[in-house]
Amino acid sequence: MRFEMVDGGDVPLLQATDVRKTYGERVVTQALKGIDLELAEGAFCALTGPSGCGKTTLLNLIGLLDRPSGGQLVLQGEDVGPLSDEARTELRGTRLGFVFQFHHLLPAFTALENVMLPLISRRGRATAEIREKAARLLDRVGLSDRANYKSTDLSGGQKQRVAIARALVIDPVLVLADEPTGNLDTESTAQVMDLLESFNHQYGTAFLLVTHEDSIARRCRRVVHMVDGLIASDQSGSLSPADRT
Amino acid sequence: MPFELWVALRYLRDQRFQTGLILCGTGVGVGVIVFLSALITGLQESIIERTLGSQAQVIVRPIEEIPRVHPMDGEVLAALTLERPPQRVRSIEGWRAIEDVVRRSPDVSGVAPTITGPAIALRGQGSIALSVRGIELESYRTIVDVESRLVEGRFDLAGFQVVVGTELARTLGTGLGGRVRIQAAGDRGGVYTISGIFDYSSQTLNESLVFVSLRGAQTLFGIAGGVSALEVTGGDIFEADAMAARIQDRTGLVAESWMEQNGDLLVGLRSQSMSSVMIQVFVILAVALGIASVLAVSVVQKAKEIGILRATGTRSRSVTRIFLIQGAILGGVGSLLGIALGAFLALFFANLARNPDGSATFPVALTPLLYGRSAAVAIAVGLLAAVLPARDASQMDPADAIRNG
Ligand SMILES: Nc1ncnc2c1ncn2[C@@H]1O[C@H](COP(=O)(O)OP(=O)(O)O)[C@@H](O)[C@H]1O
Ligand SMILES: [Mg+2]
Repeated sequence: MRFEMVDGGDVPLLQATDVRKTYGERVVTQALKGIDLELAEGAFCALTGPSGCGKTTLLNLIGLLDRPSGGQLVLQGEDVGPLSDEARTELRGTRLGFVFQFHHLLPAFTALENVMLPLISRRGRATAEIREKAARLLDRVGLSDRANYKSTDLSGGQKQRVAIARALVIDPVLVLADEPTGNLDTESTAQVMDLLESFNHQYGTAFLLVTHEDSIARRCRRVVHMVDGLIASDQSGSLSPADRT
Repeated sequence: MPFELWVALRYLRDQRFQTGLILCGTGVGVGVIVFLSALITGLQESIIERTLGSQAQVIVRPIEEIPRVHPMDGEVLAALTLERPPQRVRSIEGWRAIEDVVRRSPDVSGVAPTITGPAIALRGQGSIALSVRGIELESYRTIVDVESRLVEGRFDLAGFQVVVGTELARTLGTGLGGRVRIQAAGDRGGVYTISGIFDYSSQTLNESLVFVSLRGAQTLFGIAGGVSALEVTGGDIFEADAMAARIQDRTGLVAESWMEQNGDLLVGLRSQSMSSVMIQVFVILAVALGIASVLAVSVVQKAKEIGILRATGTRSRSVTRIFLIQGAILGGVGSLLGIALGAFLALFFANLARNPDGSATFPVALTPLLYGRSAAVAIAVGLLAAVLPARDASQMDPADAIRNG
């Protein structure tokens, strides 16, 4: 369905041109100093770099959570710069998924409800269809037996898997994940990465993953490395999934 | 269930402690309002009822004799004062026609021709000042429910029968069937038999007011065929002023409402109402501040969650609504608690002290209107109190709120 929105297929999923971001008024921080980045449909891309180099800032701009100080962002052929806050909210709710490192879920809600939330907030109320879809995704991340658990009763890895189900419930074209495994042990990290990869393969959902860890970056088909607000290197196709053991 | 209501309820349930505290606070506030309103309204109603229980809403009297100016020859004017003799009972000229006019006014529900005048009761050596009221029971009972005040005998005024107050009967040392000589000015008078004894719960009325037949009073005061007043009752007691003004316009007579006759009472009642309103306003203010501060704290506590909701596509107006709904729910549920508390307090208070006849010394007016009004005010206050926190929440920058760390 969503591929029909892109004519000819030569329009990239995301095109960032000379994107800049400065924070502060008196003490000015140049977090991004001119980023050029293109993401294709179905990309599986890692974003690495030392702490403070601007990874989260870039993710927030691409995720339409913040506005760049300069440059242009084009999502599926549409320049998002002039869009109103309402239109950006609309795009976030229909095309973008988020997975955060901390504070993953809303503690007042059960795992299933957390997954349902993005759809309920769009449609205005819960429906059987939403519930079924959320339950299917929860099953897909291996947590159908935890559907009615409060998020506070889940382990870190389980929470992150619920968060992934929540990000995918709206059928996004792009999921932005900010250090999704930053807080997890090795086993949970592997589970989470397996899930992200399988969603990428199965639905063609594009992923942009911020990570510190080489082991994760190595599982991505493309690794963009940032240093001090600029892209330092952009390596593609180093490892195709088929090459891995 | 709508999304916003669902989230609002969850948040309130999730922060049980805060919710519980502010519900108690709102409940106490609304309780005070309900209790105070019930008490003051009850007291005022009973005072007014007591006043109007023995008095017409409007009394129409003959016009006062005023100085009349006669133009004289040339430039000289002479003013003449007609001093009416004291104690003279004057009749309304052509009162039957006027009664018809008054009765036909749409706001009038009852008219009674009466004669009221001074007299003295003689028994043995003693004499007691009286206010004699001549009535036709048929018409007078539409003005004042005199029969309900009867504690002994019958309300029978035929012939030389009289109905007196409890206090007068006691002072005269007599009772039902007793005889009393009533003497008016001009040496007119007669011996009357007591056919009934009333209790108006008023010392003054019980010891001085007596009822005789209209005809008897006409004889007693020497105004054959005349009446000294038309007593009028209408609908809303607080419209009596307007009704009096209309009657005065239409008849050219003096029409005085109970409100004019009880000016001091009304001033007292008004200032009582005013202080009650003041207290209520401050209580409402305290409730509003309480709800607002709880919600403001909640917005800060939930900043990251709001950020996540916004990031996952929740519209900012939905966030506004989530907090407005919380305010309304806190106000609404708090008002239910408060109505229960206020009603309980009011009933407790009403049962605390009772008159000898079993009625409450402090009557309370607990009405659905009071409950509805209290709930509406509390919900509105909750909504208003939530406006600023809700605006804060909806304007929060999601990128700031969810920034890692
Ligand atoms: N809201 C902000 N206000 C001011 N400075 C900020 C803000 N957010 C980020 N920065 C600064 O911008 C730079 C990039 O931050 P960030 O994007 O979080 O880096 P990373 O995610 O790569 O660690 C840092 O120097 C950081 O201090
Ligand atoms: Mg970061």
